[in-house]
Amino acid sequence: MNTSLAWIKALVPGLSVTEQEYMDAMTLSGSKVEGYKKLDADLDKIVIGQIKGIKPHPDADKLIICQVDVGAGENIQIVTGAPNVSEGDKVPVVLEGGRVAGGHDGNLTPGGIKIKKGKLRGVESCGMMCSIEELGSARDFYPEAPEYGIYIFEPDAKVGSDAIEALGLHDAVFEYEITSNRVDCFAVLGIAREAAATFHKEFKPPVVTKTGNDEDVNDYIKVTVKDHELCSRYTARVVKNIHLAPSPKWMQHRLSAQGIRPINNLVDITNYVMLEYGQPMHAYDLDTIAGKEIIVRRASADETFVTLDGQERKLDESVLMICDADKPVGIAGIMGGENSMITDNVKTMLFEAACFDGTNIRLSSKKIGLRTDASSIFEKGLDPNNAMEAMDRACQLIEELGAGEVVGGAVDIYPVKKEGRRIPFEPEKYNRLLGTEISKEDMLSYFKRLELGYDEASNELLIPSWRQDLECDADIAEEVARFFGYDNIPTTLPNGEATTGKLSFKLRIEEVARDIAEFCGFSQGMCYSFESPKVFDKLLIPEDSDLRKTVTISNPLGEDFSIMRTISLNGMLTSLSTNYNRRNKDVRLYELGNIYLPKQVPVTELPEERMQFTLGMYGEGDFFTLKGVVEEFLTKIGMHEKIEYDPNAGKPYLHPGRQANISYASKVIGYIGEVHPTVASNYAIKDRVYVAVLDMPEIVSQASFDRKYQGIAKFPAATRDISMVVPRNILAGDIEKVFDSKGGAYLESYKLFDIYEGTQIRLGYKSLAYSLTFRGKEKNLEEADITGAMDKILKELEGMGIELRK
Amino acid sequence: MKEKLQKIKEEAMNRIAASDDLTKLNDVRVAVLGKKGELTAVLKSMKDVLPEERPAFGQLVNEVRSEIEDKLENAKKALEAKELELRLQNEVIDVTLPAKKNKVGHRHPNTIALEEVERIFIGMGYEVVEGPEVELDYYNFEALNIPANHPAKDEQDTFYINNEIVLRTQTSPVQVREMEKGKLPIRMIAPGRVFRADEVDATHSPSFHQIEGLVIDKHITFSDLKGTLEEFARELFGPDTKVKFRPHHFPFTEPSAEMDVTCFKCGGKGCRFCKGEGWIEILGCGMVHPRVLRMSGIDPEEYSGFAFGVGLERIALLKYEIDDMRLLYENDDRFLKQF
Repeated sequence: MNTSLAWIKALVPGLSVTEQEYMDAMTLSGSKVEGYKKLDADLDKIVIGQIKGIKPHPDADKLIICQVDVGAGENIQIVTGAPNVSEGDKVPVVLEGGRVAGGHDGNLTPGGIKIKKGKLRGVESCGMMCSIEELGSARDFYPEAPEYGIYIFEPDAKVGSDAIEALGLHDAVFEYEITSNRVDCFAVLGIAREAAATFHKEFKPPVVTKTGNDEDVNDYIKVTVKDHELCSRYTARVVKNIHLAPSPKWMQHRLSAQGIRPINNLVDITNYVMLEYGQPMHAYDLDTIAGKEIIVRRASADETFVTLDGQERKLDESVLMICDADKPVGIAGIMGGENSMITDNVKTMLFEAACFDGTNIRLSSKKIGLRTDASSIFEKGLDPNNAMEAMDRACQLIEELGAGEVVGGAVDIYPVKKEGRRIPFEPEKYNRLLGTEISKEDMLSYFKRLELGYDEASNELLIPSWRQDLECDADIAEEVARFFGYDNIPTTLPNGEATTGKLSFKLRIEEVARDIAEFCGFSQGMCYSFESPKVFDKLLIPEDSDLRKTVTISNPLGEDFSIMRTISLNGMLTSLSTNYNRRNKDVRLYELGNIYLPKQVPVTELPEERMQFTLGMYGEGDFFTLKGVVEEFLTKIGMHEKIEYDPNAGKPYLHPGRQANISYASKVIGYIGEVHPTVASNYAIKDRVYVAVLDMPEIVSQASFDRKYQGIAKFPAATRDISMVVPRNILAGDIEKVFDSKGGAYLESYKLFDIYEGTQIRLGYKSLAYSLTFRGKEKNLEEADITGAMDKILKELEGMGIELRK
Repeated sequence: MKEKLQKIKEEAMNRIAASDDLTKLNDVRVAVLGKKGELTAVLKSMKDVLPEERPAFGQLVNEVRSEIEDKLENAKKALEAKELELRLQNEVIDVTLPAKKNKVGHRHPNTIALEEVERIFIGMGYEVVEGPEVELDYYNFEALNIPANHPAKDEQDTFYINNEIVLRTQTSPVQVREMEKGKLPIRMIAPGRVFRADEVDATHSPSFHQIEGLVIDKHITFSDLKGTLEEFARELFGPDTKVKFRPHHFPFTEPSAEMDVTCFKCGGKGCRFCKGEGWIEILGCGMVHPRVLRMSGIDPEEYSGFAFGVGLERIALLKYEIDDMRLLYENDDRFLKQF
């Protein structure tokens, strides 16, 4: 929504503020001003001059020398190249030292262009005559301006007077962010009412007088509304003997200031009233209306209609149509038809101002794929009481501007009049909600400024119908707050019952995950939750995998963002790929983000959201580096039991020989592995990539921050090293299981210190060496204690085909 | 004898003075004071001295001995100091050579900003709660006073799964879920991911984060809302930060406001950062709409509350002067390392 300040000032005559003051105060009272543009910001010392004499330039064919009367007594000499001026013309003249906004080409120069005295091909020139473009505007808004050349004023313009004034450019245009609840403020009158209330000045809306000749509109047109739900009010008047002409300058200037191009008196009046009252209107050529009858009804299924832009539109039963006796002539509230539009030959016109259902207009305009100025206003849901007023205002302007002869009377189909609400006036409630002590009298004075009435007898506030947003105490409290000033409301802190601030257990575990990952060199990435269904192929996930059952977005931004991810790897690999392709070395990333597993396909209830802790890396480090990070994390969150790694994880996206499911207390809590070379190459990474994914819900269910101190052993430890030749298929984990089960109470810990596979060892075998530490908690161990445990271990190992190297 | 002692002393003193390292000094000590040393030899020859002269002679020998010992000790200290000096000189390193770093990872700027916000509100007694990202239309809209066909539904460019299920467009539904639990009073913040159908560009992302705040109790006022958020702004942006509340409209709060803070770059004078305004819009807030309370089973006659919503990326972008939102989701190591 834009308004010109000059227009607001015309409606609030006492208003005398700078642009900045206006902006600040309006914003603080709730009509947020996004910014403003001073139309004369770069215009300076520009007056109306009259050309008294023209001589050719002695040294330049294309230049002429003009003597110009600028009302200063003596004529000034200006050299110009403009082709369109003649003696006697009245033109805008920038005096020496003045400024214009830009060049002939319409390009504006920030700060303007200063005009100095100078010589053009040897002849002195003391100023400049200017075009509308140099004044910072365009021919669109000043249709009388020549296509190329100096702007020429009407012959009655006063020489020596302010040219900017005459062009209506001493103005500023404000842009507002009006919230959807304030439908009334999508109109100049609504903004002006707010401005009057904000600055405590009198609001003077236009006085709409009675219009029309002795005839009766009902002799010209009959209106039937078949769907009152979608059309709560339909008003119509008729104008005959139409005389199309340009509208007067004042109207053109107001339209121009708001960026609307003046066309002719009829169009301009319609636009003017739409801006002023916020009521869209439509004009039909009455001679094209069959049967002199208007019927407002819903379209039939698959009906088509050509709108006035020449496009054929497909309709259905939900769309409201304006029809005549034979055919549709317009889509209600959206656009009129080509068949009934006003042309230059129009004689008699049917004027329509109606109130259509906002939701229906919004849905229809979406369905048809046509959003117009009118529809975007209607869809906010208008006040039907405004329609007749706007209609009468338009007819008043038609008479004032001599655009035609208004036929007496009006059609007004308005079966259920919308009445304003009554809300009990409860000042103590408002104060209680706001934390203020505003007096009843002050509140009533704010309401008065807003034209909210007060019925003392019933102690009720009378809400005008244009304030549809005011429904309950809280709404009234906001009105009080706005005019008391949000700034003036005190600042306090809530003082009720104390509450404990905390993170949930899940969030605390996630915090540890971040800490550990970062200590281990992993930086946190963030990935999108939605991705392309193509990622499953990239990750070599089989066609029948459950991972391909997804929560699918019905209106995605594109296929690439169409499914909610069921696996977190794509995001990680995409991020690593970005880094790899930008030649970043040794990159380690982690992500904490959800996957979304549908409970059924298609989805009928909320999916399961599972937080995944995903780690990924390439460059320095290997599988075991990553494994270390996983274990550091699990230890830190109190998961001290043995972590199992099952190499038969069956993950198609991982290297078949370098992957494992991670289990804890016999539950799978995640997986780890090297990314399958084909997958890495699908992501354009030519390096080994390692990933680990931990399923946080499983982890959170087993984690704990409870700790119990274990006595620190006082007795010395004894170590025994064993070196083994092991068949290749036996895992270190299998051997460790033997230590765990046979090591007895004194085995404190064990550690792999050597692993070798190669020429020194026969084919199919590997060499492993462990150091075992024994310690007694309550006594000094004797040799027999250790030997006993070692014998059991060795016996078990031998049984597995493991040879001991003594 | 006396002369001999004198001679030993003089020679020893000269040799000590001439010793330019600790080894030579030690040689002197051994040669004079050692088991076979000259002075030891003199002591051994005490038996040749007349008995009545022995005490005086003994004293003399001890004097000489202690003089030599002192001299030796001093010389040793001096030499050690010299040697240390020399060592320190030789051990000079170029302190400007590159550091050997432990590679430590970095938190995402969003998380850093979030943790800061969480810290502030936890300190004020707020619990951090979460809610589903794929959400029922009811919680995302209807229970927040945005009924079917409300224009706000269009404004928020919702991603739909089906008619009843959406990707949440705001973290506000967590408010409703929390209120429905029926445990009062409530002081909570709910950070999380939200989704809107905006094409990706420097200032838009179809997926971003919000932090919702909600307080419900008896006698909660708009002035409590102002005080709380002013405190929050000062904690987050510095003690000199000023705040401004402007009336606004949200369907689920009434009265509603937007809060601006003084530009932390220029302190409110106006700069390029704040587009010359001196103020930066930071959050939306308001008193929970009575209809929302009622729908969640809370009696608005007894309880009132306020709610607010902050865009996390907005804070991260502002605080760290990041000029392109896309950087937050690219995960380029060179970007992440800066936080």
